[in-house]
Amino acid sequence: MSDTVETSAVDFQQRALQLAGEQTSAAWLDALRYEGTEQWLAAAWPGRRTELWKYTPLNSLQRGDFRRWGAGQSCDLADDALLTLDAIRLVFVNGEFDAEASDCQAAEVVRFSQANTEQRQVIATHLGKIVDTKRHLFASLSNAWVNDGVLVHVPRNAALKKPVYLVHVSTPGAEAATVNQRTLIVLEDSATAEVIEHFISDEQAQNGFVNSLTEISIGANAALTHYRMNLEEEHLLHIGGVHVVLQRDARYHGFTLAEGSTLKRLDYQIYHRGQGAHADLNGVYLPRNNQLLDYHTNVEHEVPHCTTSEVFRGIIADSARAVFNGRIHIHPDAQKTLAELSNKNLLTSDKAEVDTKPELEIYADDVRCAHGATVAQLDQTAMFYLRSRGLSETQASTMLSFGFVNELLQELPREEVREHLHARLHTLFAKEHFSA
Amino acid sequence: MLDIRNLNARVEGADILRNLSLSIKPGEVHAIMGPNGAGKSTLGNVLSGRPGYEVTSGEVSFKGKDLLEMEIEERAREGLFLAFQYPVEIPGVSNMEFLKAAVDARRKHLGLEEMSSFDFMKLARETSKRVSLDAAFLKRGVNEGFSGGEKKRNEIMQMMLLEPSLCILDETDSGLDIDALQVVAAGVNAMRDSERSFIVVTHYQRLLDFIVPDHVHVLAAGRIVKSGGKELALELEAKGYGWLEDEVA
Repeated sequence: MSDTVETSAVDFQQRALQLAGEQTSAAWLDALRYEGTEQWLAAAWPGRRTELWKYTPLNSLQRGDFRRWGAGQSCDLADDALLTLDAIRLVFVNGEFDAEASDCQAAEVVRFSQANTEQRQVIATHLGKIVDTKRHLFASLSNAWVNDGVLVHVPRNAALKKPVYLVHVSTPGAEAATVNQRTLIVLEDSATAEVIEHFISDEQAQNGFVNSLTEISIGANAALTHYRMNLEEEHLLHIGGVHVVLQRDARYHGFTLAEGSTLKRLDYQIYHRGQGAHADLNGVYLPRNNQLLDYHTNVEHEVPHCTTSEVFRGIIADSARAVFNGRIHIHPDAQKTLAELSNKNLLTSDKAEVDTKPELEIYADDVRCAHGATVAQLDQTAMFYLRSRGLSETQASTMLSFGFVNELLQELPREEVREHLHARLHTLFAKEHFSA
Repeated sequence: MLDIRNLNARVEGADILRNLSLSIKPGEVHAIMGPNGAGKSTLGNVLSGRPGYEVTSGEVSFKGKDLLEMEIEERAREGLFLAFQYPVEIPGVSNMEFLKAAVDARRKHLGLEEMSSFDFMKLARETSKRVSLDAAFLKRGVNEGFSGGEKKRNEIMQMMLLEPSLCILDETDSGLDIDALQVVAAGVNAMRDSERSFIVVTHYQRLLDFIVPDHVHVLAAGRIVKSGGKELALELEAKGYGWLEDEVA
């Protein structure tokens, strides 16, 4: 048995190399591809004993026949699948840019393939440099596979007038296909921007694999509001990462929400590199059926006087499994750090499972940190209250589950995102997976 | 309306109600008073079906039906309403959504159509005005961050929207200042009619200056030890409960 697994892992690695060889455009990215390929070749395939992948087996990836790059095709999205938003909009279908569906008239946003000399310089400076590929295997694969991507570059003291809305649509093909998706956001000092990444699939059963990587550099006193919604449906495989570097007094406001699929693994990596930086990150995960959804977050407090606030909530339904690993690492120099992390989980079925592990590593002595993780049932007093007003047991538990995640949604500053997710969750919760 | 016969109930293994009997006719207001630990709140909780309150014997008939056989929500839809002593905070669920679901459940049971969102919002706004709650409270989470008085007024608002046939007020007056108390009392009085009955559970006689009861019962050690008219409340206020307990003993 283990032999089979080994073989298929090698197969995946070999196929991945072939795919890398097919990425030829933008010759100026050759160096990064080469470096990524070397690292991918040298890296060990994660197994049960690999701490970062302990609860998330990659069998579904190994079993998949990923020999082809995805290609754009017409897709049939529901009318309300996308945000109604006045934005700088770029739409990609299976990784291919869809010019017709896009509306990109802003000098600050460009695809790598269209970048001018100056923008190429920005890309060369940051792309693949923010992420720590030693720790993130699939980031080295992303480098090996890099072809096109999106650069958001906001100059010093500038503010983007509209939000940037990046839409990534997956559709199933006759054969399984692979997508490598890259985003690079660079805010120069005192710049401001809002970026919304929206991953979605059409309503058919999916068979693709998406490897996505978003790197973010926030300059001194700059601020980014960043939404990332991973709403692809069943059977899609998605391994994604968001890697953020914060300079002095920089602010990162992140929100992420994911529905499950066969394999969804999302990493958030935040580096406080300048004093006075602040990061807040809230997240919601909602796996159901047989889905597997894994969030790993890691915040590195490298310097003093930085703050982090992180809240993740999940509802796990049916036979689904969720993994949450939230690490905060306070380096010896990072005095006066304020950091808190909270993770709460609701299980709505006996077969649902969550592996949650908050990790606080503190090497400085003058810090204030708090962390906690809970796995809870619905509040019985609240259940009684709702039922005493005539709501059925199912109605009451659906309402309480909804409230549990809606607490995080209702704080979102962008009304269009809030209302879109509110409506989507109403539909999802009406299916009663998320009622206890 | 309500007929309780020889009701015995226990909570966490302790017998709280002992052979309690009480009969309430349509349109009547009954006040239930008594010292702490007498079982006053237990009565309301048992009648509304709260989990953990075990009926060991006795019968309760509500509008001719066996109340104890009904699920919590069935009792509510039949028209039983308990105003909570400690209303529950439910963050993330908007008051408006909650209220509409409750009203729709009751209407459905009565064979009426669900209200349109527009009509309901109008009704909810008007009702919130009647209990002096700012309409902004409708958008907030259920009781989330409400003061004690605001929570109690929210209970009365729910009562007004649901138009129950039997309202049980479980120490709704406790902890209220006089202004809030008057708002609550005015809400109750506005709802009094020849068909609707009330059980007003209170520790303090003060409430009964504003909601004048038809009958006053004193509950001690799990049963009614004395019943009388509204003047009994004044006597209790003057003498306390001690003499009754002595009388029972």
